[in-house]
Amino acid sequence: MSASAEKLVTMANQIGRFFVPQRDADPAAAIADHLEKFWDPRMRAAIVAHLAAGGAGLDGPVREAVGRLKTVKIPEKGLSA
Amino acid sequence: MSLVHEIDYGTPVSKSAETVKLTIDGNEVVVPAGTSIMRAAMDAGIQVPKLCATDSVDAFGSCRLCLVEIAGRPGTPASCTTPVAAGMVVSTQTERLKQVRKGVMELYISDHPLDCLTCAANGDCELQDMAGAVGLRDVRYGYAGENHLKLEKDESNPYFTFDASKCIVCSRCVRACEEVQGTFALTIQGRGFDSKVSAGMLSDNFLSSECVSCGACVQACPTATLSEKSLIDIGQPEHSVVTTCAYCGVGCSFKAEMRGEELVRMVPYKEGKANHGHSCVKGRFAWGYANHKERILNPMIRESIDQPWREVSWEVAIDRVASEFKRLQSKHGRLAIGGITSSRCTNEETYLVQKLVRGGFGNNNVDTCARVCHSPTGYGLRATFGTSAGTQDFDSVDQSDVILIIGANPTDAHPVFASRMKKRLRAGAKLIVIDPRRTDIVRMPHIEAQYHLPLRPGTNAAILNALAHTIVTEGLVDEAFVRDFCDLDAFEHWATFVSEPQNSPETVGPMAGVSSEAIRGAARLYATGGNGAIYYGLGVTEHSQGTTAVMALANLAMATGNLGRQGVGVNPLRGQNNVQGACDMGSFPHELTGYRHISDDATRTMFEKLWGVPLDNEPGLRIPNMFDAAIDGTFRGIYVQGEDILQSDPNTVHVKKALAAMECVVVQDLFLNETANYAHVFLPGSTFLEKDGTFTNAERRINRVRKVMTPKNGMADWEITLAIAKAMGFEMPYNHPSEIMDEIAALTPTFAGVSYDLLDKEGSVQWPCNEKAPTGTPIMHIGGFARGKGNFMITEYVATDEKVGPRFPLLLTTGRILSQYNVGAQTRRTENVVWHDEDVLEIHPHDAEERGVRDGDWVKLDSRAGGTALHARITDRVAPGVVYTTFHHPETQANVVTTEFSDWATNCPEYKVTAVQVSPSNGPSEWQKDYVEQARQSRRIATKVAAE
Repeated sequence: MSASAEKLVTMANQIGRFFVPQRDADPAAAIADHLEKFWDPRMRAAIVAHLAAGGAGLDGPVREAVGRLKTVKIPEKGLSA
Repeated sequence: MSLVHEIDYGTPVSKSAETVKLTIDGNEVVVPAGTSIMRAAMDAGIQVPKLCATDSVDAFGSCRLCLVEIAGRPGTPASCTTPVAAGMVVSTQTERLKQVRKGVMELYISDHPLDCLTCAANGDCELQDMAGAVGLRDVRYGYAGENHLKLEKDESNPYFTFDASKCIVCSRCVRACEEVQGTFALTIQGRGFDSKVSAGMLSDNFLSSECVSCGACVQACPTATLSEKSLIDIGQPEHSVVTTCAYCGVGCSFKAEMRGEELVRMVPYKEGKANHGHSCVKGRFAWGYANHKERILNPMIRESIDQPWREVSWEVAIDRVASEFKRLQSKHGRLAIGGITSSRCTNEETYLVQKLVRGGFGNNNVDTCARVCHSPTGYGLRATFGTSAGTQDFDSVDQSDVILIIGANPTDAHPVFASRMKKRLRAGAKLIVIDPRRTDIVRMPHIEAQYHLPLRPGTNAAILNALAHTIVTEGLVDEAFVRDFCDLDAFEHWATFVSEPQNSPETVGPMAGVSSEAIRGAARLYATGGNGAIYYGLGVTEHSQGTTAVMALANLAMATGNLGRQGVGVNPLRGQNNVQGACDMGSFPHELTGYRHISDDATRTMFEKLWGVPLDNEPGLRIPNMFDAAIDGTFRGIYVQGEDILQSDPNTVHVKKALAAMECVVVQDLFLNETANYAHVFLPGSTFLEKDGTFTNAERRINRVRKVMTPKNGMADWEITLAIAKAMGFEMPYNHPSEIMDEIAALTPTFAGVSYDLLDKEGSVQWPCNEKAPTGTPIMHIGGFARGKGNFMITEYVATDEKVGPRFPLLLTTGRILSQYNVGAQTRRTENVVWHDEDVLEIHPHDAEERGVRDGDWVKLDSRAGGTALHARITDRVAPGVVYTTFHHPETQANVVTTEFSDWATNCPEYKVTAVQVSPSNGPSEWQKDYVEQARQSRRIATKVAAE
């Protein structure tokens, strides 16, 4: 696992450990919502790619949450503001 | 322009609701019961002569100048110590009084230098004024008698002089030190004719004593005995402007007293609603950095960071920024650049930078250094209460019965508010301190904490759950409050959770290094001791569970009903002057002003319409994410306004690598800071004295910053951002920061009523300030929470991944010291270095002995991230197994050692927990030896080329 993927996995699992004991009936939805709201698209794309590559290190509910992330479109190179 | 004169009423205001009617010199006066005759007279516009009285301290009655006659009462009582009574008839000027006063003044003047013309206080001396007021024309006793005129001056303090020959021993300085500051450094030594103001012990001078140089004594002095050295050097000011201190989150109001464009002194403003006329050594005296020789006043550029800087015109520098940023976006995509502001910046500056990034750069890669301090506060309090801010005003502490301080060191980091807190504690409020280190407030003159829980760094959430466990299982919940104002399902779920055995003090205590009895005792006191107020700082937020701990504090306050009135609440002590404002202004990458998410279509549309550009609906990169993206190659350029990320962010090696990977680093600052070593464009910034704007302090108070001199660099910071925006093709046409605030108000419901006109009228206001609260909101959540029902969150303790072990057996935690401020860019360039000229490592005697370390030895401090060397200070302030240092000096760079672990919700770094080893050393480490030369090389400035 690359250093940056390892860091994202650590961060995602930390989020998971907070949401799992909450009252939410669906912790994966809460985790996914947090990732959507606070992670930049390239970070989400990277964790989605990591899951697609097997998702090593991701805790159960976090795997499920990452699997639910919407497709992220990163602006192409050359696209100006 | 003229001086802002403040009335000295002689004695403090009475807060009694009952009123008393009396007659003074034929005028009918109605005042609150308990008011002194002196103050009542002043209310009626009658100035009773006085010397030992001033309204910041209690009446003393020693100078015998303020005597009055009262019909039906014998003698001539002192008007400062005599309270009013109904029907009283007072005369302040009679033949008898005139004679007595003149006699008193003769005695004073017989032992006072007659050097008024060359005296620093000439024109601002109460003794001189009183001599005039009583008509003193001669001293019958002559001047040849025994006197104090040959007493030596104490010049040891870098900012003020104590000239004992001019002292009238009125005790105002002594009482100010006790009552206002609460340090008790001064006393009157000797008796009778030998009475003399003395700092500390007989062998001390001001510098070696406990004096914290707050300036309260200087302000209280009615003569030239205690005078600012700047005043002695320059002379009396001729005009003054009220503005706001640019240091910590207390947000003290000051009068900048000027002579032309030269600052003579900063004097705390009595009408300032945050500080009520008090100050600390930083705000009062440490402003010399504004004129420091190392300040950069011209824009500079360079092609690569190994080249010397070249001074260029503003046009060239701004063009370079815009062309580079455009090039990077063209080559690497719209998301390849971003910006960061400091919490030192004004609201208006912060707002502009986020507008530039969102509207001009076309992305949301904007963040503020609040990311690395109080971002968990915003998330945690919003989730529980519905508002990302503290609940109280500072005045609220006057009504507190129990004060719980966790992860904060207010006497060092928020000294002016700490003085208020200490006053309340001396009056009988109880104190709980939860901190790995025995901070000063745990035990100091007339204050001793009922409970100090010296927990192991990283166990905040566990300890707070144990407090909650005690409250719930011992039946101490305020059930009526919870029933009326909180989500009951959430409460039940939480109560079940905290009642579980793993949260009991008996389980948590041994793990956290705190006795279970102390945990239970502290919980009982907080829950049952009356008004309980929580004050917290970065010792709560800068953890991997920072947000969780903030929520746990909110849970405690809700469970005990300690919200929604004076004296209670959950109060984040903000580290920098505008942390609250930086968060409010939409400078987090995921949200616009007023904490509204960027993905919210209705909010975004409102901004798009006003700004005339489409906005990205995706969150941008946070500061630590920017570093990672830079190393990954997807983030290539950054605009950094006022923030020294290289020194202040964790794992310095990682930050260096990120900065070195970027193609265009733009730094806007006063000095070539550590980050500027990696910059390609340097834009000189302006000080808080050189611009208009607002700061929002820790109590949500919006205070005006007023320009008192022309920017030495030629442009105020907000104007620089406008120039960059224009060059990027995104016009932001404002003529004055007031227009920026008008736009903020138009777009932000909690700021809807804020304008510079309102701030000028009210002095300051606390948000929310809108139609419902036209003059602001001192106390939040009265009669219900901003989110509706208070929301208890589950705060399960998760141990940090930063573990001690054989290689790194100690835990390092960090903090600030009174005389220095954060990375020290400002305070290191002032005389404050006499108190703290290097960072040292505090280590417990047991740990020191095990390692063969003696006090003052060089030691190596190593962690998994890196190492540095510094001197050791052996002290039992820290527990065995814990070491502590400050982070003010780049030669030490404590953040070489700290790691990238961060808060789960916000990525706020875990500065407060680092596993380390300490070992003896012969001196600085290799990188420290190289650093000085490397910094010198990086700061070279080439001679300006005429053709540029």
